[in-house]
Amino acid sequence: MDGGVGYADMDALKATELRLGLPGSHPPEKPLPTTTTTARPTKRSLDEDRAARRETSEGGRATSARATKAQVVGWPPIRSYRKNSFQAMKATAEAAGLYVKVSMDGAPYLRKIDLEVYKGYRELREALEDMFKCFEGCKGSEYAITYEDKDGDLMLVGDVPWEMFTSSCKKLRIIRGAEAIRGLGSSQ
Amino acid sequence: MVGGFRWAAMFPDEVWEHVFSFLPADADRNAAALVCRAWYRIERRSRWRVFVGNCYAVEPAAAVRRFPEVRAAAIKGKPHFADFNLVPSDWGGGAEAWVEAMVEGWPHLEELRLKRMVVSDDCLELIARCFKNFKVLSLVSCEGFSTAGLAAIAANCRNLRELDLHENEVEDNCLHWMSHFPESFASLVTLNIACLEERLVGLLHRVPQLVDLGTGKFAAQHHPELFSKLESAIAGCKNLKSLSGFWEAGPTYLPAIYSVCEGLTSLNLSYATIQGPELIKLISWCKNLQRLWVMDLIEDDGLIAVAASCKLLQELRVFPSDPYGAAQPISLTEHGLVAISAGCPMLHSVLYFCRQMTNAALLTVAKNCPNFTCFRLCIMEPHTPDYITRQPLDAGFSAIVESCKHLRRLSLSGLLTDLVFKSIGASANCLEMLSVAFAGDGDAGLHYILSGCKNLRKLEIRDCPFGDKPLLDNAAKLETMRSLWMSSCSVTLGACRQLARKMPLLNVEVINERKRGLPLELQPDNCPVEKLYIYRTVAGPRSDTPSCVWILR
Repeated sequence: MDGGVGYADMDALKATELRLGLPGSHPPEKPLPTTTTTARPTKRSLDEDRAARRETSEGGRATSARATKAQVVGWPPIRSYRKNSFQAMKATAEAAGLYVKVSMDGAPYLRKIDLEVYKGYRELREALEDMFKCFEGCKGSEYAITYEDKDGDLMLVGDVPWEMFTSSCKKLRIIRGAEAIRGLGSSQ
Repeated sequence: MVGGFRWAAMFPDEVWEHVFSFLPADADRNAAALVCRAWYRIERRSRWRVFVGNCYAVEPAAAVRRFPEVRAAAIKGKPHFADFNLVPSDWGGGAEAWVEAMVEGWPHLEELRLKRMVVSDDCLELIARCFKNFKVLSLVSCEGFSTAGLAAIAANCRNLRELDLHENEVEDNCLHWMSHFPESFASLVTLNIACLEERLVGLLHRVPQLVDLGTGKFAAQHHPELFSKLESAIAGCKNLKSLSGFWEAGPTYLPAIYSVCEGLTSLNLSYATIQGPELIKLISWCKNLQRLWVMDLIEDDGLIAVAASCKLLQELRVFPSDPYGAAQPISLTEHGLVAISAGCPMLHSVLYFCRQMTNAALLTVAKNCPNFTCFRLCIMEPHTPDYITRQPLDAGFSAIVESCKHLRRLSLSGLLTDLVFKSIGASANCLEMLSVAFAGDGDAGLHYILSGCKNLRKLEIRDCPFGDKPLLDNAAKLETMRSLWMSSCSVTLGACRQLARKMPLLNVEVINERKRGLPLELQPDNCPVEKLYIYRTVAGPRSDTPSCVWILR
């Protein structure tokens, strides 16, 4: 039962062994870390990168093969399912955005903005002013910011709560000149 | 036993069956079956629940033959480390052989739970068609099926009570599979579809009796109308005890579940990127929580709040939000763990991912929680020592195994020497499953485990300097265990060959994915073994091995 002979001797031997490394550190034999491929979100992916597999050294202590910041296969031990969902979540967080076209009367081309970047109407207005100030014919000309909603109607920006606006806005249109002022009344 | 007197005949079989029905564990029934032939016969005919921990340990037909009256079966396939991509994807674990045998021999099967198996749509269709009284389907960490297969289940299993599909790789090719559920679905009590995207709201109105709900995507950001519908639908589920899912739930949408929080005993937010303050607010409503799964975004402060409000907490799992350490550091440390251990007297199961630990903290946890049954600590950087003393974490983990006399499952991490294995071998008498990675100094470590731990069933080891000697010296132990996994250790082919020759009741599977050079049969004894999976079996070598797996005989 007790394979004592081999193991007790080995413990004693280790205590007196000379080797490289700080006292108290026990760098074991280890494989070189292999890197993972990023998993695709839809199906289980097979790790393809086996390039750094090690050969076993008989009893040698590999002081060099310490796992650094390189990703080790299957470590930390989280299910591929969870790993895939992190990556999918990160991807959607980065790529997501509510991009809508912005046109301005008289401007030669349109712009696109990401509505998710703005916290409210004031920021949106400031951003649009900034974006289109090079096109203003004369300073101080009046304009109104409108949008086309899900039903295709042209609506004045600012009437509904911000979240409702971002969820229904399909494109923005900046109307300039007398036409814009006529309907504004006290809303601006 | 009195010679010749057939004492078992003192009572009719039905009486013995009734007596056996009180035996709580399969192990007890197994023991009863060994007493005499009559008990063997009576027991086998009255066993209606079967658990097969390793699908290759027995032939499906043999299992079905021995227990003809089974109503509920649970089967596990791939080794646990398959969850972390360490097992080749074509290794095995196919469910067809089992499903075909069950369809043949257990037509009255009501309950099937499969874990880590490859389940095809054909299997699901067979299940849906052939088991007339099917009530429970649970597929966890499985793959190989699509929503088309689920549509067959939804359409045909009219008495379905529980559908649990968490963490499977599912091909989504049937968009409205859930519409195949019956209009009036009074039987469904558990629905856990956390792996799929689907609109809940319609279904929720049809299953107000739901007790256990797992959602798929809950990204209601741009649909305020959906949010209020969901809120009222969830509020309508007055019996809800368990909630999970909530992927991408923004903080504005969590209030949808406030109405049911007080009744919740189980909450799984481990896929939700909700930040600490919102989490604390939510959890403060959940006074009756027994099980909480959450991401490390909860941070130490959040865990301190949990410790203060969830006095009934039994199980806590904290998952890493950023496992590869690219983002800014999260303030989840050993302090959170200590707080929970101090504040939650009923805590017995912990899974904790973190980046730093101290022996002192582990000693405190061990003192606070002598009732742990499951302790899994994952310090994410391998070989991390006690960050204050720079010592290995031997003392801390030793304290855990010495204090927690009922510990059944343990996962180690951090810088560890052979000393911790000495403690585990000596003290962990109830330990059934041990996971070891990047630990130990040499063969002695493995020997301590295999020569101690008398109830060990599953041992999984990766990247440790354990070699041939302790394996060969403890060969007999392997037959008392369900399985042993070793990868990136120091085992040679010669030792595996010897082991296979010596132990005919073990399948010694050598997995070598490199495929370079000579085939394994021609390799010399000193050839290193990449991955090794050894398990006891009465079925002999399996016939569905892929080309990278050799079963040594």
